Amino acid sequence: MDLLSYSAVELAAAIRAGEATAVQAMEAVLSKIDEKEEQINAYVTLDREAALKAAQKTQKKIEAGELTGALAGVPVAVKDNLCTKGMRTTCASKMLGNFIPTFSAQAVINLEQAGAVIIGKTNMDEFAMGSTTETSAYGETKNPYDFNHVPGGSSGGSAAAVAAGECFFALGSDTGGSIRQPASFCGVVGLKPTYGTVSRYGLVAYGSSLDQIGPLTKNVPDCAAVLEVLATQDAKDSTSIRREDTDFTSALTADVTGLRIGIPKDYFGEGLDAEVKEAVLAAAKALAEAGAVVEEFDLSLVKYAIPTYYTIAAAEASSNLERFDGVKYGFRATEFDGLHNLYKKTRSEGFGAEVKRRIMLGSFVLSSGYYDAYYLKALKVKAMIKQAFDDAFARYDLILGPVAPTTAPRLGESLSDPLKMYLGDIYTISVNLAGLPAISVPCGKDKAGLPIGVQLIADRFAEKTLLRAAYTYETLRGAFALCTDPCRGNMPLRRRTGRAASIEDTRFGD
Amino acid sequence: MSNTKQYETVIGLEVHVELATKTKIFCGCSTEFGGASNTHTCPVCTGMPGTLPVLNKQVVEYALAVGLATNCAITQHCKFDRKNYFYPDNPQNYQISQLYLPICRNGFVEIETAAGKKRVGIHEIHMEEDAGKLVHDEWEDCSLVDYNRSGVPLIEIVSEPDMRSAEEVIAYLEKLRMTIQYLGASDCKLNEGSMRADVNLSVREVGAEAFGTRTEMKNLNSFRAITHAIENERERQIELLESGQQVIQETRRWDDNKEYSYAMRSKEDAQDYRYFPDPDLTPVFISDAWLDAVRKSLPEFREEKMARYREEFDIPEYDIGILTDTKHMADLFEDTVAICNQPKKVSNWLMGETLRLLKENGMDAQDIRFSPANLAKLIALVDSKAININVAKDVFAVMFDKDVDPEKYVEEKGLKTVNDEGALRRTIEEVIAANPQSVEDYRNGKEKAIGFLVGQTMKAMKGKADPALVNRILKELL
Amino acid sequence: MANIISDETIEYVGILAKLALSDEEKEQAKKDMGRMLDYIDQLGELDTSGVEPMSHVFPVENVFREDVVVNGDGSSETLCNAPEEKDNMFVVPRTI
Repeated sequence: MDLLSYSAVELAAAIRAGEATAVQAMEAVLSKIDEKEEQINAYVTLDREAALKAAQKTQKKIEAGELTGALAGVPVAVKDNLCTKGMRTTCASKMLGNFIPTFSAQAVINLEQAGAVIIGKTNMDEFAMGSTTETSAYGETKNPYDFNHVPGGSSGGSAAAVAAGECFFALGSDTGGSIRQPASFCGVVGLKPTYGTVSRYGLVAYGSSLDQIGPLTKNVPDCAAVLEVLATQDAKDSTSIRREDTDFTSALTADVTGLRIGIPKDYFGEGLDAEVKEAVLAAAKALAEAGAVVEEFDLSLVKYAIPTYYTIAAAEASSNLERFDGVKYGFRATEFDGLHNLYKKTRSEGFGAEVKRRIMLGSFVLSSGYYDAYYLKALKVKAMIKQAFDDAFARYDLILGPVAPTTAPRLGESLSDPLKMYLGDIYTISVNLAGLPAISVPCGKDKAGLPIGVQLIADRFAEKTLLRAAYTYETLRGAFALCTDPCRGNMPLRRRTGRAASIEDTRFGD
Repeated sequence: MSNTKQYETVIGLEVHVELATKTKIFCGCSTEFGGASNTHTCPVCTGMPGTLPVLNKQVVEYALAVGLATNCAITQHCKFDRKNYFYPDNPQNYQISQLYLPICRNGFVEIETAAGKKRVGIHEIHMEEDAGKLVHDEWEDCSLVDYNRSGVPLIEIVSEPDMRSAEEVIAYLEKLRMTIQYLGASDCKLNEGSMRADVNLSVREVGAEAFGTRTEMKNLNSFRAITHAIENERERQIELLESGQQVIQETRRWDDNKEYSYAMRSKEDAQDYRYFPDPDLTPVFISDAWLDAVRKSLPEFREEKMARYREEFDIPEYDIGILTDTKHMADLFEDTVAICNQPKKVSNWLMGETLRLLKENGMDAQDIRFSPANLAKLIALVDSKAININVAKDVFAVMFDKDVDPEKYVEEKGLKTVNDEGALRRTIEEVIAANPQSVEDYRNGKEKAIGFLVGQTMKAMKGKADPALVNRILKELL
Repeated sequence: MANIISDETIEYVGILAKLALSDEEKEQAKKDMGRMLDYIDQLGELDTSGVEPMSHVFPVENVFREDVVVNGDGSSETLCNAPEEKDNMFVVPRTI
């Protein structure tokens, strides 16, 4: 029995049926970690004994009938910006290298109540600022498909761990694409829920108005099952929303008949890699052939999303990260002269280059004389972007496009030019600005064998539509290789071959 | 030193008031004063990573009440902003406050000084969180941070620069304090820091239109300190101007022991707070219905109360002033009168013994412990001549201390006046027999001598006799 | 590059953000910030007159707590990550 080939939902069913135990599942994951972790470096913090002990405890509770949750016994990896009580939470920063939270994030509590067992904390870009997981203070994570490439970011450790079989599913956070983009690069499913669906309590904030926690999973049914557990209103998070429609697994029907899908022309212009374009359009075609009504449209303002995002996110980050000052927790410079020198030395030594870059930018755009020109202007454009999506969703149930312009870049390629790295977020970022739900589903690989993801975006609170379409596509596509098993079918169904598809010669809905 | 020019002082105040909520503004920690260091803290009010604020509704209720009581326009859609600055008493290194849409604006209060009545404008009132406390270590070169006060709710009341003297400032502060105490929104104790005033002051030549450069004075913990700081800063600024120098816009700290102020300046203080709307808190919408409900629940304020007392109760104007000075005293008065219907007698007890004991014990009206019911019982005991006034005062002292039931106390301690005339007569006969000289004096026309005999009788009765009755029997027997 | 960031600006922002940058970092920061601001300046192309700035993406209002004490003595948890502690308080360089 190869437990690692099970999805999270399958594993939970097997454990429920007594065919497997939580301990066996944890052992399987740990042996995979022993095999791969040295190369991949998906985890920042991992305590094998504690993980096994937790699995044993869970198994006892399952056997005693005390634990019947949907994820009972399933090992999970948690992104290291989610607080875990008693377990080091670093945000992949030197600043929090010794920080042990006294409480757990509500999302983590929800998972534990559903019976999931925490393996450890996954690597990420420092404080979630980055798109490659290379800004981590604990070394970069490598793409399990090719160790010379990045896994994406910022939830790169979570995506790599799922892809490599180092966990059954993982939690990530998405501020501008940080779940969807690494999911796309690592060939796994990643979903960013509607803003307010998952409590942010215990998520170390980056851009508070944009941050959402979400699942990274092997397939769409797992994604629905995990989201169902995560989505609860939380009195500790003022921006958390009460929702009645959180039975997401009920949306898993392979039927897109009559579903109206819009494809923004602006998402297929200059800068999009031909192989990515081809794979994404093939996915659209598959849905069209299954009965969806697919058409192109103009989604305006696309190019303004990145400057809007970086203004807002940097401003919020500059304030959110002020609390790291060497007084209450975390790193403190050893030598300093007076209070302000303590602050400056602690922060200069404790933060990495990318974090400092964004703090500087954020402090500047909020500073006296610039607030209206930059920050307030960005909030206005944000309102316009949201309106553009509202207009689109008056006509379409879903928007379909790429997740990222390319497949995973080579290690070291991105950091040299921050602005270029930021441009890679073009298709994911506006979703956060508009608070919408979106999912990344693997839809192919490039010639080098690196995965490609297709992004589906739904109107707010329409996760069910999103999951239904994603599930339908996944069913049409067939199994997508997790890199643990390179021999299993890895080609999307009905994929066009021979030449690059272009949006102009792909006709939909007729 | 005589100045060549005549100057006018222009003063505006920023008053911080700690609200009387049970919990902090954004978390469920107690606001109780005192308590060992950092015991009233949680991850939220110590700025732990990942924590989020949730607004205490009572804070909005109190802020609304103060705004309505000070004639403000209410911002029905208001929200919170972050004020960013690094200081160790501020655990997040930003303070959650209101800049862009404060809850109240454009109000006023009326003050009265020797110069007459005057309106002081209120620019705005906003809600915010208090900072923690810094303790300066006596032995080592360090400061220590206690976050027990971090997150205690405050309102900041920002006046217009409408005041011209320390006298007006004190009148304004007293008016605010009275109003807020009447609302029960704060106890407003300057010495405990639940009311704090920062003074913005500038001077200009009499008749000038433009304001001079102002300074802001902090750390003023009493009316006395405020008065001295205002006089001191006025003189300092005039001296600067007279000697051809300029006033620098700066924040100064008052040292009450040395009676002078010094600039709190550092090149690390950029004074650029980078305010922006707090993304962790949702906007507050105050509906008309909510506003009406708060308006209806406003208490009767002092002026209205005084007018009503003049109508309803036959008591002197002086008494009315004192009784309505605090809501607690006024409530005590009204509640007791409602039971016994004897306004003058209730007023006498409050104006006399109560004030005397408060002063003796260094207490405020809000510290009074005895109940209206017990005060009414005490008055009834005196009325019915069950005890005489001297015994009553002794009983009151115990009541003031422990809120005992005076009926039970008098019973238990056997303090009731002896109304058995036979027994009293026998005692008086003994006193007459034992004091022939006084009897002789009285009979010879020395009216005063009877006082001595009354005293002797009271002494023999251990105070438990009705002096009027003693007088009557004595005269009869003599 | 339209936005030239001066040494003074970098110095000033460093004070606001409490970051001490080395000379090399300062030069890099000037370049990075200038480029980002050039990029952000694109927003100027958009006519936003009459548009309300949107801080919250959904119109959620009036999320309140009741005024009830729910937390007990939190001092040991508050202090357990402190880099330096004395008498149950955090230690900082003298502020006065």
